[in-house]
Amino acid sequence: MEFVLSAAIGVLAASGIWLLLRPRTFQVIIGLCLLSYAVNLFIFAMGRLWLGAPPIMPRGGFVNPAAYADPMPQALVLTAIVISFATTALFLVVIIVSRGMTGTDHVDGQER
Amino acid sequence: MTHLIILPVVLPALLGPITLLFFRAHPAAQRAMGLGGTAALLALALALWPIATDGPQLYRLGDWPAPFGIVLVLDRLAALMLILTAFLALAVQIYVLGTGWDRKGRHFHALFLFQLMGLNGAFLTGDAFNLFVFFEVLLIASYGLMVHGGGTNRIRAGVQYVTYNLVGSSLFLIGLATVYGMTGTLNMADLGQRIAALPDGDMALTRVAAVLLLLVFAIKGALVPLHLWLPNTYALAPGPVAALFAVMTKVGAYATLRLGSVMLPKGTTELLFGTLLAPAGMLTLIIGALGVLGAKGLARQAAFAAVASMGTVFIGLSALDPAVTAATLYYMIHSTLAGALLFLITDQVQTLRNSDDLTQARPPLPGTLAALFFVAAIATAGMPPLSGFLGKLLILQSLPVWPVWTTILLGSLLLMLGLARSGSLLFWKGYEIAAQPTGQIPPLARFALVALILSLVALTLFAGQIHPALQQIAQDLHDPIAYVQANDLPAMGAKP
Repeated sequence: MEFVLSAAIGVLAASGIWLLLRPRTFQVIIGLCLLSYAVNLFIFAMGRLWLGAPPIMPRGGFVNPAAYADPMPQALVLTAIVISFATTALFLVVIIVSRGMTGTDHVDGQER
Repeated sequence: MTHLIILPVVLPALLGPITLLFFRAHPAAQRAMGLGGTAALLALALALWPIATDGPQLYRLGDWPAPFGIVLVLDRLAALMLILTAFLALAVQIYVLGTGWDRKGRHFHALFLFQLMGLNGAFLTGDAFNLFVFFEVLLIASYGLMVHGGGTNRIRAGVQYVTYNLVGSSLFLIGLATVYGMTGTLNMADLGQRIAALPDGDMALTRVAAVLLLLVFAIKGALVPLHLWLPNTYALAPGPVAALFAVMTKVGAYATLRLGSVMLPKGTTELLFGTLLAPAGMLTLIIGALGVLGAKGLARQAAFAAVASMGTVFIGLSALDPAVTAATLYYMIHSTLAGALLFLITDQVQTLRNSDDLTQARPPLPGTLAALFFVAAIATAGMPPLSGFLGKLLILQSLPVWPVWTTILLGSLLLMLGLARSGSLLFWKGYEIAAQPTGQIPPLARFALVALILSLVALTLFAGQIHPALQQIAQDLHDPIAYVQANDLPAMGAKP
């Protein structure tokens, strides 16, 4: 499981960075999305990988640490998802305006 | 625990949405909210200073104890940054009202308040992840402010600014996640203790995380080679927005200070600052100064001057010596105010000349503007009698090593040459066109400019009173026991 997850994070991050360096705004925004997926998975993995262990305290208040996932990265990842969602939406607006005003979807606002 | 500590964040967080929701169609009410909110923030920041001098104060959000809940920590450094931000924001706000910049687009005041909320939060927070959140708040507001007023060039620069900072945010998250994976905490003081207690085998990972975080703060602080976003953004952003952004680069420097002082153990900080930050700082100063010399437009020149000033700040920070840190803090206050002044004057020059290109011949500019530019240029280049000279002198005096002396002196020379060239092009060459100076600076804008200059004069005159307070801050930073104790952490038990 560790190998699959780390490979997935690596592939997502690598493709994200490659797309980020492309000249079209569409590629850049897809690249940023992929990069943020990689980051979210990475944050999630930093709470260690657990199977079948909920991050919820059972009734009665007793927690068995051996069957308890770390709730913290899950909360962090939620925050990160919300923020990256908002910034992506905002970025989309900026690049649409840029497309409209400059007449090109090149990141420099002009064709080379 | 006083509730005053959270008000610098809550107040703009309330006023911003109210402005947005209820005063959509009432420009006068929007202005009142913007001006009133900023003035209230300044009063609040001044009221927080005496509280901070009693030692670092903790504010638990939701009353959760420290490593589990998010905390705000008000210490002298945070209070100082709050005062600086609020004062600068008030001057910018008055300038905006005087020139009518807020009418050139929509929702200026709401965005302005959100920007202040992000800045204040970033200075107050004692939690690393919360720092990320406040970075995002101030960045999202800055994206809106940067493209305020529209225009093709501005939008074009806006796309690159947003992209650059979104990548920076991703890096920030990777760094934070690594730190959390190693230590199981995100509270800054707790992080410091736990990172220091990590086994030697984890040192490599610590350094990777530290470098990632440093990279993020270097992006914010426009450290070469991560400064590429700054010249275009600051040159093309509306003048008053660029002036407010002068404090945004300082957030990078502030976060670097916190990272080095509280979060990382001394050895790692020394290694990181000595091998990475010091040379990069020198390079930043030289590249910024060369940019000032080579810039074709005044706005671009002001932007490169901001890069150069950050170079000086980072050189000072990397020395890790209380005396140098105190000097650097003094210079940082000065360069924030001087940078903002130069951006506001640039805006006036652009408005009155109707062009930013220095070499284009235009009718002469009014003499008051020439005098103001002269003062701003003196302040920016760090010449006597203003505080920039004192700041540089303090840094040189406390850091007597030849690479620093050479870099700072050479940088000052280049800055002086560049600004002298644009001054003569702007204010003397105009007289080759036979015409009388036209246009005037709006009275409120003039008031804001003079207020900024007076603040620089006060910073010079009262250096004797201000410097000991800064020395106290530097001492606290180099020995952050009080900061850590204020967090009221439980005793370190078993390793996570």
